[in-house]
Amino acid sequence: MFRNWMQRITLTDVVIWAIGLAILIGVIWGSIVTLGTGKYSTATWIDLTLIGLALGGVYALIALGYTLVYGILRMINFAHSEVFMSGPFTATFAAWALVGAGWWNKYPILSLLIVLGVSAVVSSIIAVLLERIAYRPLRTAPRLVPLITAIGASFFLQYVFRGLYGSGLKGYPEMTILQGFWMLGSIRVFKTQAVAIVGAVIMMLILYGIVQWTKLGKAMRSVSENKEVAALMGIDVDKTISRTFAIGGAAAGMAGILYLLLFPVAHFFMGFFPGLKAFTAAVLGGIGNVPGAFLGAMMLGLLESVGPSLFLDGLGIPAPYQLKDAIAFSVLVLILIFRPTGILGERLAQAKA
Amino acid sequence: MQTQTPSPWKQATRYGLIGGAVAILMSLVGMVATFGQRYIVSGIFTMGQVMFLTPILIFAYMTIRRTAPQPINKVILLGALSGLSTSGVMAALVLTGQFLNLRAMFPNASPELYGILTFNQESALGLLLLLGTGLVIGGIAGGIYLLSPRMRSTLLQATTWVVLVGLLRDLIVTVSYRWGFLGNAVKALFAISGLTPLSAVILFILVGAVQYWRLERKQSAASRPTTNQKPYTRWLKLGGSALILILLPPVLGIFFSEILDNVGMYILMGLGLNIVVGFAGLLDLGYVAFFAIGAYTMGVLTSPELGFFSLTYWEALPFAMLACVLAGIFLGLPVLKMRGDYLAIVTLGFGEIVRLLALSDWLRPWLGGTQGIQRIAQPRIGDFLLNTQQELYYLFLIGIGIVAFIAWRLKDSRIGRAWMALREDEDVAMAMGINHVSTKLMAFAVGALFSGVAGTIFAAKLTSVYPHSMNFLVSINVLCLIIIGGMGSIPGVFVGSLVLIASPDLLREFAEFRYLAYGALLVAMMLTKPEGLWPEARRKLELHEDEFDSGQEPLMAMGNPDGR
Repeated sequence: MFRNWMQRITLTDVVIWAIGLAILIGVIWGSIVTLGTGKYSTATWIDLTLIGLALGGVYALIALGYTLVYGILRMINFAHSEVFMSGPFTATFAAWALVGAGWWNKYPILSLLIVLGVSAVVSSIIAVLLERIAYRPLRTAPRLVPLITAIGASFFLQYVFRGLYGSGLKGYPEMTILQGFWMLGSIRVFKTQAVAIVGAVIMMLILYGIVQWTKLGKAMRSVSENKEVAALMGIDVDKTISRTFAIGGAAAGMAGILYLLLFPVAHFFMGFFPGLKAFTAAVLGGIGNVPGAFLGAMMLGLLESVGPSLFLDGLGIPAPYQLKDAIAFSVLVLILIFRPTGILGERLAQAKA
Repeated sequence: MQTQTPSPWKQATRYGLIGGAVAILMSLVGMVATFGQRYIVSGIFTMGQVMFLTPILIFAYMTIRRTAPQPINKVILLGALSGLSTSGVMAALVLTGQFLNLRAMFPNASPELYGILTFNQESALGLLLLLGTGLVIGGIAGGIYLLSPRMRSTLLQATTWVVLVGLLRDLIVTVSYRWGFLGNAVKALFAISGLTPLSAVILFILVGAVQYWRLERKQSAASRPTTNQKPYTRWLKLGGSALILILLPPVLGIFFSEILDNVGMYILMGLGLNIVVGFAGLLDLGYVAFFAIGAYTMGVLTSPELGFFSLTYWEALPFAMLACVLAGIFLGLPVLKMRGDYLAIVTLGFGEIVRLLALSDWLRPWLGGTQGIQRIAQPRIGDFLLNTQQELYYLFLIGIGIVAFIAWRLKDSRIGRAWMALREDEDVAMAMGINHVSTKLMAFAVGALFSGVAGTIFAAKLTSVYPHSMNFLVSINVLCLIIIGGMGSIPGVFVGSLVLIASPDLLREFAEFRYLAYGALLVAMMLTKPEGLWPEARRKLELHEDEFDSGQEPLMAMGNPDGR
């Protein structure tokens, strides 16, 4: 029995587990050292956690698009990060128009809703067009073909928006009522972060409701189970897929506005990193799984904001914040190596990614 | 599902409107205005006009093809209607631009753009001219459809040549300047910008005649049994091309040598990625990592600035190669079990991690952080230091020669066939006794090695490396060129590099739209011709499998919105 087990371990497994163990030890050791020196106060940790949660909320909304599309088409919509970029980039112009009309600070909630709406609509249109033009003709093509198409579409969209709106950075106007912070007991919460967290949770719940309880959601789930059978049951597969892209796009567009609240600069390349991280979040939670996307996104947001000070600082790495993106990518690589099904996912094991 | 075909007039309007959307996009992205000053035929015709007239022509032609068969007069009318709709959309853009300040949102909606669209006429007359042009061009598209295929191909070829020669006027004049009196003769053909009208006509007729004659020969050759080429002509051809390659830099000068070096670097990387993606089917988006590792190893080992080692280029080369192979295996090990999409994203993550590490303060004492590494050694042969673009060209040439030979021999070797088997079906390949661990690792290692060699030459050429030159776009460039050329095809790598890497360098204006064009090309290629421009025989067969079975064109049929 033992011998049998020994024989099945290959050199690859040993190497991989050794790498994993080394990283785990590094993380624990770094955390112990940091906490032992007491370099950061409790208030700092709370701040970092809140930033992490706000970021996590944004990632969760973007991750929803990846997860829904993966669930239904079994493909990674590589261009989703550009779907995310298109909405807020466009909405920035709407925001400045509202500033010009004097509405921005006079009717802040209405303005915010308008901007959210513009962003969601633009992102959704881009997502639907993308599906219609680039992905639909390739549904039966070999696996690599739609993936390469998605990469091409991603670049195309990025540079189209660069051409349309210019290559410079575009500031997003601040709202006076969202400046400063609220005190929750002794905890200081920045208003923008609070809005981002609450907004993300509400939108996530609404979208989860749509997927879980509406007729459209039912159609989506049945198409993701089996397209042929769903079609036989009278579901319009093309329409359902198109609407899935629309919902994912709208979520990404709204996430974009929350993202602009946290980092008030829009530009054509703004989608790349959040998109990649949201994808990581979707994989972390288990791709194809909506609650998983939320959980994964929150974890990733926290890891990214708390991680550098927690374990990289303790290892004596100077300027650990430069490596926060590297942490996110390492999480992606590690999760795919050690648990490709993610935290909550089961499906992948059958689908064989 | 049988849907009723809509009336051809409606379809013509629809395609025309889609064409209009494309034309507006091209205008607002800035393609029309940027090329507006670039004359093809001096004083008459600019590239900007080509840019907005092409969509009219293409969509009108598409309309006619989709609505075919129709009677002759109806074909012309349908084309004209489609062209009119396209130009109508553009006219609407111009009108809107006159009342609304579109520029606040779209910086490219400039008066120059409107000027080009309305042929620099007053608003009412200009709009009428625009509409009229659409009508006429649409009609012409109808006329083109009615021509024989041979005539059509002749016209296309001749027009393409005129546009290309007109566009590349500056370069042709610069190069011919070095040829003495011949240069003056060449110069006389061109105006200050673009071709003179007379030489444009001459070129058009000349190319057209040659093409027409060639097509006739091809037709008659097809009916005759082909005779085998004699072996000595093949060697003659090979020797001739080698001689041309060797003579290129002194003939073309520094500017072209720089471009050729660039192309050479990408050919080297393309040959490597072609093994990973094309042969083994492992989509690697972090390919720049190996390039970076090669370049940085060269930097660390040879630069006296960091003060670790100061080896020469040739002494450091084996170490750099070793580092790349090890990095390839290191990346390969964890991703062995992954397929397709996941592999792509993980490798992308790996590439970014390498770049972020090179950029970080943490590794600054070893890798130089944001400032990179300077004073990297350049290769020296005997007493002769290779340091100009023209001299380094030969280094690239030799490198490509060796690498291409290896790739070519690998392709049909045992390991090459194992790669392709894994690409086609991993489970079956494993069942047939292929060791997927060593086979995949071999692909990663060889790919990494080639890319690393390109990296070392790159470092030596610039004598410095910066983390910023190691970004994701490099990986995308390489990926694009092997896909455009044809995945798994070695000549395809050369074709792809020449087309994709040289064109932005040759044409300043194009550089602005480089990645936009790459993205569009990738999508268009996957939708219409996924096997690439110069396909590998096996892959072509595989991607068009059903065509051979049923004699249909599945991808074309799927592109048709009505024929599900």
